[in-house]
Amino acid sequence: MPVRSEAAPPRAAYVNARLLDPATRLDQPGGLLTEGEAILDFGAHVTQGALPGDAEVIDCAGQCLAPGLVDIRVQLREPGEEHKGTLASAGRAATAGGITSMVCLPNTHPVIDDISVVEFVARRARLLGLTKVYPYGAVTRGLEGKDLAELGMLGEAGAVAFTDGVKAIASAKVMRQALLYARTFDLLIVEHPEEPSLALGGDMNAGEVATRLGLIGIPREAEVILVERDIHLVRMTGSRLHFAHLSTAAAIDAVRKAKESGLPITCDTAPPYFAMNENAVGDYRTFAKLSPPLRAEEDRLAVIEGLRDGTIDAIASDHAPEDEDAKRQPFAQAAFGGIGLETLLAISLELYHNGHCTLLDVLRLISCRPADLMGLPAGRLAKGAPADLTLFDPDRAWQVREHELYSKSKNTPFDYRPVQGRVLMTVVDGRRVFALG
Amino acid sequence: MLSGVDLKSRSMIDGDSIFPFRHRHLLGIEGLVPPEISLILDRSEVYVEQNRRADKKQSLLRGRTIINLFFEASTRTRTSFELAGKRLGADVINMSLSTSSIRKGETVIDTAMTLNAMHPDVLVIRHPESGAVKLLSEKVNCSIINAGDGSHEHPTQALLDALTIRRRMGRLSGLKVAICGDILHSRVARSNIHLLNIMGARVRVVAPRTLLPSAVERLGVEVFHDMRKGLQGCDIVMMLRLQNERMQGNYIPSIREYFHFFGLDYEKLSRASGEALIMHPGPMNRGVEIDSVVADDFGRSVIREQVEMGLAVRMACLELLTANAAGADAPNL
Repeated sequence: MPVRSEAAPPRAAYVNARLLDPATRLDQPGGLLTEGEAILDFGAHVTQGALPGDAEVIDCAGQCLAPGLVDIRVQLREPGEEHKGTLASAGRAATAGGITSMVCLPNTHPVIDDISVVEFVARRARLLGLTKVYPYGAVTRGLEGKDLAELGMLGEAGAVAFTDGVKAIASAKVMRQALLYARTFDLLIVEHPEEPSLALGGDMNAGEVATRLGLIGIPREAEVILVERDIHLVRMTGSRLHFAHLSTAAAIDAVRKAKESGLPITCDTAPPYFAMNENAVGDYRTFAKLSPPLRAEEDRLAVIEGLRDGTIDAIASDHAPEDEDAKRQPFAQAAFGGIGLETLLAISLELYHNGHCTLLDVLRLISCRPADLMGLPAGRLAKGAPADLTLFDPDRAWQVREHELYSKSKNTPFDYRPVQGRVLMTVVDGRRVFALG
Repeated sequence: MLSGVDLKSRSMIDGDSIFPFRHRHLLGIEGLVPPEISLILDRSEVYVEQNRRADKKQSLLRGRTIINLFFEASTRTRTSFELAGKRLGADVINMSLSTSSIRKGETVIDTAMTLNAMHPDVLVIRHPESGAVKLLSEKVNCSIINAGDGSHEHPTQALLDALTIRRRMGRLSGLKVAICGDILHSRVARSNIHLLNIMGARVRVVAPRTLLPSAVERLGVEVFHDMRKGLQGCDIVMMLRLQNERMQGNYIPSIREYFHFFGLDYEKLSRASGEALIMHPGPMNRGVEIDSVVADDFGRSVIREQVEMGLAVRMACLELLTANAAGADAPNL
């Protein structure tokens, strides 16, 4: 259950833990001492017998103590659609998922295209004291794909990167201008890579399943077409660009080649794209209606390969809360998106349990690497760093059940899935904000 | 889509049939097995004869209520279901909801649940979205017949087509059937492809590439883009309606060009077998997908016979599903 302490304890010692730090590839038994909001010390020498007398002692019982997870793609729905999700409900879900920092998309009402909205989100999140929230700013005003938002001022106000959220920047001209202008201030643009006219009206991945169900297909080529276009624009402008939630073999291959040629391009994917394929739509399951759509099995395998070989830099939850009214609809009318904060760790750990990645590599994809991409002070065990921690049991089995999740909306594509890996405790700035009840 | 069937249990309808029809709903053809389809067709034959008599009405479904719930305009299918219910003695109500409560903001599910509260025995539903009928079937406790959902399925159309073919040709198995036209948007094509494959026919589809769904060959069809080749040696030529709004999405450049390459005329028909039957689910666009003279060819066009078979097939479906509802052990699918 979420717990809240008003202030961080002066000193707390997490002893008898398996310390994991993917940035330094640390994996050893030991303890970690916090003072106020920061990490004071950690290592094998931090044991029960060698602590300052005033430290509160937490016995980790040999479980994994790692940097708090960092989720770089979350839709909060506040302000504007609080019936689907709020900063508070997402904060509770995120802390239950071991996430201590998250970056939220600007597709709220109003859109985060104005410094006042950046400040509103930051202030509300700070008051809640749960998972830290960093906003994306919009690339274009109103996410309309036409006129640039005030990227420089939004960046000064605290927007960590810029994206038009769940919409691609359709115009190549606008994208070029955005990249060039962003480079002026060394800002990062994040693209939802989907060629809009090719995807328009589509319900799910084009292929046999869509054909059988009589649903309109979104061709896989919609993704790689935009990725290739943007790669050329990056080559032209020299700007940094990050592709969100890649889902197809062709797009991952294009990014792999672009990286090999030295372009400043990065990308992430989301758990559904390496844990499921289009068959999950089954008999019109709207919880499996995602954007981008779940793809073919060969794409799923290519996503895993991209994670293994480092082409894909990070895993983000792509948390997209939708209420029952938006999902209990004929498939074509149902909203896209699934929640993911509380399943990010468990589904990512499937990569470890299935032998594709080491435990440290999985953690790297959901902590230090995404933190570095967004320039966040997070994702590391380091003396003096914020005491943002996740204590988890990588082996504990549980079953995802929508009604047991903290998220306000329950639209998880993983409902009923048996998973391994459970968050036991989450610490933000030295405060224990979640402990498994 | 449909539940498994207990091979040992007997049909509650027909003491002679060794195979039961134990589905609660008829949502689609995909998932049915050959004896189930044969059973429906056998029962339909009985109603074909009954419908040709002067006294067409019986009281099998007296006291039962059937609601035709149409979220999309339809004259032929709705009339056919209405008459089918009435000939079996049921009370039949028609609701066309493209005009009433949907405009008031009520959801599809609310509408179905409201009607369900009036205890109908069968809901016959047509809806413009694929999967909508399946969604509604999860919310009600009466039987549901899918009268067409989006581009997904239209099972009674495939059954009436099969009955028409079987009566004319004596069989379905081994026949070469060409389905021509807008396969992409057609629920009739999908249901027919499933049914004909289940019954052992050989199915071809003939269309320009823009009117074919991706991976259509995975449904078990041979794909042709040249109608003359596609019709070569076929026993059945099934034409599909080309909806005028397809011009907007650049699926075809013009009606004229479409008819030139994919309209059925005698010249193209000459490639098919000499006794090939011409079928069309209606309503026809004469001069768009089919030449008027071919459509009216008394010897070969069975288009009007299809309408007659439709009534009989729908009576058989109503009979089989309501008989199940009376039994306590009807599985929930």
